[in-house]
Order: sequence, then structure tokens, then C-alpha cells
Amino acid sequence: MKSLEELRKIKERALERRQLSGEGAQARVVVAMGTCGIAAGARDTMSAILRHLEEKDITDVVVTQTGCLGLCEYEPIVQVQVSDADMVTYGKIDSARARTLIDKHVVGREPVADWQIKRG
Amino acid sequence: MTAFRDLSQHILDIAENGTKAGATLLHITITEDLDADRLTITLRDNGSGMDAEMVRRVTDPWVTTRTTRKVGLGIPFLKQTAEMCGGHFAIQSQLGQGTTTEAAFQHSHIDRPPLGDLIGTLICIVVGYPALDLLYQHQVDGREFTLDTREIREVLGADVPLSDPEVLGFLRGTLVEGLRDIQA
Repeated sequence: MKSLEELRKIKERALERRQLSGEGAQARVVVAMGTCGIAAGARDTMSAILRHLEEKDITDVVVTQTGCLGLCEYEPIVQVQVSDADMVTYGKIDSARARTLIDKHVVGREPVADWQIKRG
Repeated sequence: MTAFRDLSQHILDIAENGTKAGATLLHITITEDLDADRLTITLRDNGSGMDAEMVRRVTDPWVTTRTTRKVGLGIPFLKQTAEMCGGHFAIQSQLGQGTTTEAAFQHSHIDRPPLGDLIGTLICIVVGYPALDLLYQHQVDGREFTLDTREIREVLGADVPLSDPEVLGFLRGTLVEGLRDIQA
């Protein structure tokens, strides 16, 4: 285990960042991690999203997972919600698309129409 | 059709089952005994558990608690893979007592899938399920690495989540180092 001292310093920096940026997340990203999602590569999608946020030093995005959404043929599925806007569901989001999605929808606030799952 | 490439995808799949059952603690143990040529993976959660009938049925491909789609295939495939690789598979569970899933393999078996991206799986579990704590113990020939998110949370306090990017970097670094150090 790396040192707990290092972790304490990380905590201090994180608390400072949180004070600067104000409380509350600006966006929510949800990756579907059911059996179907995992088989389609959702773990790599999730890893790419986390890495990308780390590299861009974006700290006000909450990333979580959910189970199967019943749209298995579209996996890996990622949902994005920015501020109070409706949640948008995207299909076939591999690692490369995931990074673009973060840039365009989370940072740029522009949904990516081509990758949205159209229902009905 | 389920097509997991590696065993750590199965670990993520079973973790997802546990969180759906309301687990707040997941204990993952991986034991690699190269002399005995054995690889054992155990996941124990403190979720709502299953009765005997449900345990019997989850290993049957045509049963699931899920309502969105009728077929759950993760567990049956893991069972089949373990048994095909000179090992065994077992689920122990009781209502209100959580669930323990164990899969064992002949370590050197030609058909045994690799453990794969363990770190990716563990990071997904830690970030993806904010209400879950993870105790991870990995042994290779007696050398052991342990990660306990409860210890990390204790240092971070209530205001810094495990998913903070810098904390994640720390976790990833800890895992890379720890898993490297237990390899021969």
C-alpha cells in the first residue's frame, strides 16, 4: 500500500478544489454494467471515461454504474446528464467514443445526436 | 451470447449482482497456489442473499431476478468454465445472510481464461458503486496484497469520495504496485 501520508495530502488538495469549484456535480455519467454491457466492453468504456476525466482534471462529474437497461444490442451504453437537462442515452460507446462524448457533451454541453439511442 | 474474455469480467459481473442485492461490503479473495496448480476466486457479499431454490436456479441459464430481460448468463458460464478447467464452482447463500460465490480452476489449464484487467474491474467496482466497500485480498504463493476501501475512506473523511480523480490515481498506483509485488 502506498503511504497513507500521501493520501492525506491528496485529501487536502481535493478539499481545496471542492471549495474553489463550489459544491455539487455539474454532470452525471452512468455506464451500464450488466452482464451484456460487460461482455460488450463496458469496463473498457468506464476505464476510458475515468482516465479522460483524470487527464483533463475534471472533478465535478459523478460517474456511476447501473445494470442492464434492456437494450442489450446497443451495449456498451452510456447515459449523460448535464445540469438539469434530460438524461441522454447513448449506444455502442467504445473507449474512443467515450472520450469524444466527454469532450462534446459533458465539457461542451452539446449532445452527440448520431450516437443517441432512438426509441419507439 | 455472453462472451467474457477474462475472469475479472466475471468478478465485475458478480459484484453487480451483489450490489443489486443491496450489499454494502464485498470481499474478494484471489488465491494463486502455483505448487498445487490452483487458482481460486471467492466473492462474498452482505446483500440480501437467496433461498435454496434461487441458488439452484441462478446456475440455470433460464432464470434471473431481472425483469428487463429474461436470461442471465454470467454465472452459468463461469460454472461451466471452472468445471471445464479441472476446478469447481459453488454458491452459498441464505436469505438475509449474503452470498458467497467460489470458482476454482487448475491454474495451468490450457482453457482457463486469464485474470485479465483486474485493476480495471476493481476501479469500476470502487467508482461505480459509491455505497459499497471493497476488501480485496490477492495471494500468490503466500505473498499477499490487501486493499480495504474502509481504511481509505477513514483517511479521506466524508467530504472526499473514492471517485475523486486524484484518489483514483492513488488507488490505481497502489493496485499496480501491489499486484506487481506479489508476482514471482
